[in-house]
Amino acid sequence: MSPQSVLVVDDEPNIVLSLEFLMKQAGFDVRVARDGDSALEAVRQQPPQVILLDVMLPRRDGYEVCQTIRANPEWRDVRILMLTAKGRQIEREKGLAMGADDYITKPFSTREVVERVRAYMPQGET
Amino acid sequence: MNTAMVAGVSLVYLLAMFAIAFWGDRRSGREGGIMQSPYVYALSIAVYCTSWTFYGSVGLAAEQGVHYLPIYLGPTLMAALWWIVLRKMVRISKINRITSIADFIASRHGKRPLLGGLVAAIALVGLVPYIALQLKAVSITFSVMVDHPVAADALVGNGAFYTDEAFYAALILAIFAILFGTRHVDASEHHSGMVAAIAFESLVKLVAFLLAGAVITFVLFSGPADLFDQAADHARLAQLFHMGSPGDYGHWIALTLVSMVAILALPRQFQVAVVENVRERHVRDAAWLFPLYLFAINLFVLPIAFAGVLLLEDSGIHPDTYVLALPLSRDWTALALVVFLGGLSAATAMIVETVALATMLGNDLIMPALLRLRWLRLDRRTDLTRLVLRIRRAAILGVILLGYVYIRATGDSLALVGMGLVSFCAVAQFAPALLGGIFWKGATRQGALAGMAAGFTVWAYTLFLPTLAHAGWVPGSFVADGPLGLAWLRPHALFGLEGLAPVTHALVWSMLVNLGAYVGVSLLSQQDAIERIQASLFVDVFRLSAGRYGISRFWRGSATVDDLFDLLRRFIGEARARRAFDEYARRHGVDLSRTRDADAELVHLCERLLAGSVGTASARVLVSNVAQGEVVSLDEVMEILDEASQVIAYSQKLEAKSRELEAATRELRAANAQLQQLDRMKDDFIATVTHELRTPLTSIRSFTEILHDHPDLDPERRQAFLGIIISESERLTRLINQVLDLAKLESGAMRWYPESWDLKRILQDAAEATGQLFANKGVRLDLELPAGPVPYNTDRDRLMQVIINLLSNAVKFAPEGTGRVRLRLVQEADVLRVEVEDNGPGIPEAEAPHLFQKFRQVGDVLTDRPPGTGLGLVICRRIVEHLGGRIWVDPRPGEGARFAFTLPREASPAGGEGVSKGAG
Repeated sequence: MSPQSVLVVDDEPNIVLSLEFLMKQAGFDVRVARDGDSALEAVRQQPPQVILLDVMLPRRDGYEVCQTIRANPEWRDVRILMLTAKGRQIEREKGLAMGADDYITKPFSTREVVERVRAYMPQGET
Repeated sequence: MNTAMVAGVSLVYLLAMFAIAFWGDRRSGREGGIMQSPYVYALSIAVYCTSWTFYGSVGLAAEQGVHYLPIYLGPTLMAALWWIVLRKMVRISKINRITSIADFIASRHGKRPLLGGLVAAIALVGLVPYIALQLKAVSITFSVMVDHPVAADALVGNGAFYTDEAFYAALILAIFAILFGTRHVDASEHHSGMVAAIAFESLVKLVAFLLAGAVITFVLFSGPADLFDQAADHARLAQLFHMGSPGDYGHWIALTLVSMVAILALPRQFQVAVVENVRERHVRDAAWLFPLYLFAINLFVLPIAFAGVLLLEDSGIHPDTYVLALPLSRDWTALALVVFLGGLSAATAMIVETVALATMLGNDLIMPALLRLRWLRLDRRTDLTRLVLRIRRAAILGVILLGYVYIRATGDSLALVGMGLVSFCAVAQFAPALLGGIFWKGATRQGALAGMAAGFTVWAYTLFLPTLAHAGWVPGSFVADGPLGLAWLRPHALFGLEGLAPVTHALVWSMLVNLGAYVGVSLLSQQDAIERIQASLFVDVFRLSAGRYGISRFWRGSATVDDLFDLLRRFIGEARARRAFDEYARRHGVDLSRTRDADAELVHLCERLLAGSVGTASARVLVSNVAQGEVVSLDEVMEILDEASQVIAYSQKLEAKSRELEAATRELRAANAQLQQLDRMKDDFIATVTHELRTPLTSIRSFTEILHDHPDLDPERRQAFLGIIISESERLTRLINQVLDLAKLESGAMRWYPESWDLKRILQDAAEATGQLFANKGVRLDLELPAGPVPYNTDRDRLMQVIINLLSNAVKFAPEGTGRVRLRLVQEADVLRVEVEDNGPGIPEAEAPHLFQKFRQVGDVLTDRPPGTGLGLVICRRIVEHLGGRIWVDPRPGEGARFAFTLPREASPAGGEGVSKGAG
């Protein structure tokens, strides 16, 4: 198991593509999911250290995915970074309330995303 | 039957009534005492049914048929008006502590003793015959019981008074009245014991009469049918079934009217219905209970009368005694005793009458007179409560003895009914002042005085004097030829009005004169300040609450607390006076022992308390002796009353305003809710647009930064990333254009360029424009178009936009490789229909209705959301609707969706305009 793995969850193929590229460049092990169900499936197979989770997902939205992960104590070490194109304060608060660790608004600075993900990676194992 | 037995039973019965009265007084203090029951109230009003009803109705029915009925018809009619009339009288009396009808009329007209005195005097003169009637009934029936059979002419007392049963009956009833009618010095307080006894006697007389009627009808005869058949065969009785001459109708109406008034104006009725009332809502219950009672007690009147005529006519027995004579003739002693007791009960109505009369005489005639006599030095006496009670008790004794003297003097000159009607006509003289007083503010004291005096004079002349003449006290020629032989002054045919029964005749003249004088003088005379106030307080009793607009507002004089207390103490007793002052002090939070000057309210309170004991007129005199200064001037009274009515009018206006405001608030609330919803929708729209804009922007920024930060990227990747940037930029542009389109369509700012086109051509062009999309995905597009051109006047570009949008959607959902899309143009009678059909998954039924709303995309259930802005179909709908058509979807889940829209055959009206309002 790679100690530094990232799960990218988004339904926009181009955004997934860019995030995948960025995470790989940063040296993380990257997996991808296009909707809520497959995201949870991926976590179940192997919990990543960090999840980049879009809010607006087909089938099961980001809040629900976040809640489900937080409900399982085995996954409490998984860091969740929410991504959203809806920039309202209420959504930000809702995400944090659901157990997200951080919240990034689209469009984001690529450098910032990488730094944030790195910051949430468990220290000392890099 | 022997005398001792009848006397003994009577005595036992009267003692029972004493016991009930005693018990009633004992229980009055508690909550839920017998006065709390509407049935007791209704039964006490049945004091209306006296010996006259019990014996006299049968007598009258035997002689004149149904003529006994109006006496019960009138009260029944009046009962329907009780909620309006009687309730008002009750409310006024409670507020003003009215003790009698004399007090009521005097209080309404400015509390002057003269008017109350006149009412008391009329009542005394008018009702002595009535009381005499009751005594006579007791004595006659006693004789009948003892000496049956007895002839009609041998009835009334010829012996010395101490051998006369009527005398002893009078004494016992006087004792009863004194014991239970003068228990409190405050006559406006309730006499629970007396009311209990009266309710009891009402029950006894009803049961006794019903029992006698039932036995006579069903035992002496075989039911009503048999009895009436026999009566119909009897020559004289048969005639009674018919109404007589037209004059009879007049008589009917007159009797009905006079008894309508009597049920309110008879002093005993005023006593039980107004003074003794404890709950206003009892009036409503009594309004149907009392008529029911009247109905029940009249049920057997005709049967008993007919039975009496059929069986006893030849024996010379007086018809008034039939109800008693019939059982006696069969030796049914027990039944006869029950009937006798029923009759005795009916006669006890006199007790209430006497108490009411005595209160009136004491408060409105004797007390004011005594107060005027300075040499009595009443104002120096320390305790006057006993004097007040003594006067009242003496009055009771006096009234009853007067009644006794009256029967001794007039003998058997009149039948029971005749005597009763004379009294009814007398009290009818109160009606104009009584009823006018509570409904007409303009009525004045002078008017009331003039009306009653005139009416009473006519009554005395046309009814009372003739009864005296009949008894031999006045020469008989007075009635037959008129005084001094003046024929036009004959009492029974005044001014040549002949052909009427004496009672009707008297009623017509007295009421005419009474009403005429009352209205005429009222209109010509002026009210003074107090009267103006009282008129308003009486007429507007339900509108002006006594607390706010009570007389204290009109009082400006000053009195010392000590003087007032002293006055009160002397008339209502130290203890009650102390209680009243303590209560006042507690309620107003003042210490009266340290206060020297009484305020207007305390002065008014004293006046009200005194009024309960000595009547309103005397109370006014007493208080004005102690208090310096007078009420405010008439002008000021008018001002205050106007102000009061202005306040009422203003508050009504306020009410209307607040209703309007409420309505406006409701509308505003609805509008606000709608606005809030619109606002939420706008908010959602903006959030969605933002989201839709940020998504391509995110890709563009990301890849731009990646390219910027990684200059050493391999060319292939570099090319791919740049391609993404370009396509996402296009997506962004498309979205912005669509949002702008939609905004233009919705605001009506879209420019339209209608021209004549071939519709088939437009469809072909659209197919061509999307050709690359189909080729890329390997989807086949079939066109089903008419052979010839389809000329149509429309905006080509907008129509193209719709069709291209539908085709792009179709290709998006069609399966790759095996996909098939059909574009069809169908010409119908009045519309052209364009259809776009694919063989994709179709649309879930639930989604279909939302499809044409903003940012509603089918595909949330799919792993891959189809690229698109979610605005395309909304724009299509706007355009089609603008062109006068309709767009819809046939979802066909599993088979592939079919979108269709219509265009009107005739170019749409909107198609001809340059700029027009959008469809929304």
